[in-house]
Amino acid sequence: MLELDDRERFERLVLPHQDAAFNLARWLVRSRTDAEDVVQDAMMRAYRFFTGFHGGDARAWLLQIVRNTCYTWMDKNRKAEMSTEFDETIHAGGAGESPEAAAVAASERQRLMKALESLPARSREVLVLRELEGCSYKEIATITSIPIGTVMSTLARARERLQETLRGPAPEPDSRKEARHDV
Amino acid sequence: MTCEHSNSLLHGYLDGELDPLRAEEFEKHLESCSHCIAQLEQQESLRASLISAQLYERAPNALSIKIKRQIANAETEAQWSWVPIWRWIGASAAFAVLVAFTYHAVEVMLATKAPVVEQSALSEVIDAHVRSLQPGHLTDVLSTDQHTVKPWFDGKLDYVPPVKDLAENGFPLVGGRLDVLNGRSVAVLVYGRRKHFINVFVWPESQKDSVPPAPGTRNGYQWNYWHAHGMEFCAVSDVNAADLHDLSELLQE
Repeated sequence: MLELDDRERFERLVLPHQDAAFNLARWLVRSRTDAEDVVQDAMMRAYRFFTGFHGGDARAWLLQIVRNTCYTWMDKNRKAEMSTEFDETIHAGGAGESPEAAAVAASERQRLMKALESLPARSREVLVLRELEGCSYKEIATITSIPIGTVMSTLARARERLQETLRGPAPEPDSRKEARHDV
Repeated sequence: MTCEHSNSLLHGYLDGELDPLRAEEFEKHLESCSHCIAQLEQQESLRASLISAQLYERAPNALSIKIKRQIANAETEAQWSWVPIWRWIGASAAFAVLVAFTYHAVEVMLATKAPVVEQSALSEVIDAHVRSLQPGHLTDVLSTDQHTVKPWFDGKLDYVPPVKDLAENGFPLVGGRLDVLNGRSVAVLVYGRRKHFINVFVWPESQKDSVPPAPGTRNGYQWNYWHAHGMEFCAVSDVNAADLHDLSELLQE
C-alpha cells in the first residue's frame, strides 16, 4: 500500500500517538471497548491517507482523523450514544499507590469521569484535548476545525459546564458516602 | 457580580495562550477584579483535580498489537493481491496447520518436561506484570467488588474467570484487566497485598493432566502457577513467596 519509506515514516511519526488517539476516542465515544474499534479504524484510515500528510504536527493530523471517525461512529450509534449514561465497566485506575488509597482515589476519579462524560461532545473534546492531552489552542483549532479565535470561548464554556455539573445535585462534602455505594 | 473577562480572557491567561501584552493587561485587571481572582482560583483547582484524577487513558497493549498486525496485513494483502484468491486460501490453510502442529508440539513439551519453553512463557508473564505497574496500566476495571469485576469480563473473553474478593484474608481485590499472553487475550485479576500488587493471570486449562511448573523467582519477582476449576492460574508479584502461596491456596478453595 505504502512505499517502504512511507511505512517506516508512518511507524515513526504516527504510531507513537496511539495513546493520544485512544484517549480522545475513549472520551468521545465514552467506552473503552468502542474506543478500541474506533481507533483501529482511524489508524487504518490514517495509514491509507498517509501519503497526503506532508509533514507538520503528526499528532494533530492523527487526532483530526480520530475525531472524525468518532463522530461518524456516534452518528451511526446515535441511539446508543444518547441512552448511554455512565458505563460502570469502563473506568481504569492509576497505579503507584497503595490498594487502599487507590480505592479512595477511585471515588473522586469517578465523580470527575461522570461529570466529564455527561457534557456534550463538543465540550468534552476541547476539555480532553486541553486538560488531558495538553494541546495548544492552535492544535485544538486544527483538530476540531473550530476557528482559532473561538477556541478560548469554547473552552471557557466547557469549563463552566463542567463546574456546574460537579457542583450539581450531589452535596459535595458528603461525596465519600456516595463513593461507598459506587465502589 | 460577574465580569466579561472571566468568560474568555481569563481562560487564555490560565492556559498561557495570551500574548505578553494582553497577559500584562489582564494581570493589571486582576489587581482590581475580585470576581476574576476567585474564578481563576476555581479554575486552577478544577485543573488540579483533573490532573490528580489521572483521567488520561492509554491505549491497551492488545490494541497496539492489533494495529501493528493490521498494518502488516495491509502490506501483505497489497503484495499478494496478484495471487489468485484460492491459492492464497490454500497457503493460509497450510500455514494454519503448521501453526497448529507447532502449538501442539509445544504443549506436549510443556506437559512432559519443558523447562525451556516454559521459561519463555514465564518471562512473558513477568514482563506483563512489570508493564502493568506503569501508571494507568494496572486495571481496566477498578473495583473492589467482585460483582463488578466479574461481569466486566463478560463478552470480552470466551470464558469467565472466577473472581473472589479476599480482603478479609489480607488480599483486597483492586480490579481486573485484559492482557495478552502468547498472543491470546487473558483475564488478569489484580490483588493488593500491603503496598504491593499481585497480578493473577487466568485462562482456560489447555491440558488437564499437565504438571504445573514449580513456583520460582526472577529479578525479584515471584510467580506461582496452578490449575483449578478448569482454569490455569499464574500469580506474579514482588511480594514474598509465602504470601503468593497463601493467595493461591485461597483462590483454589
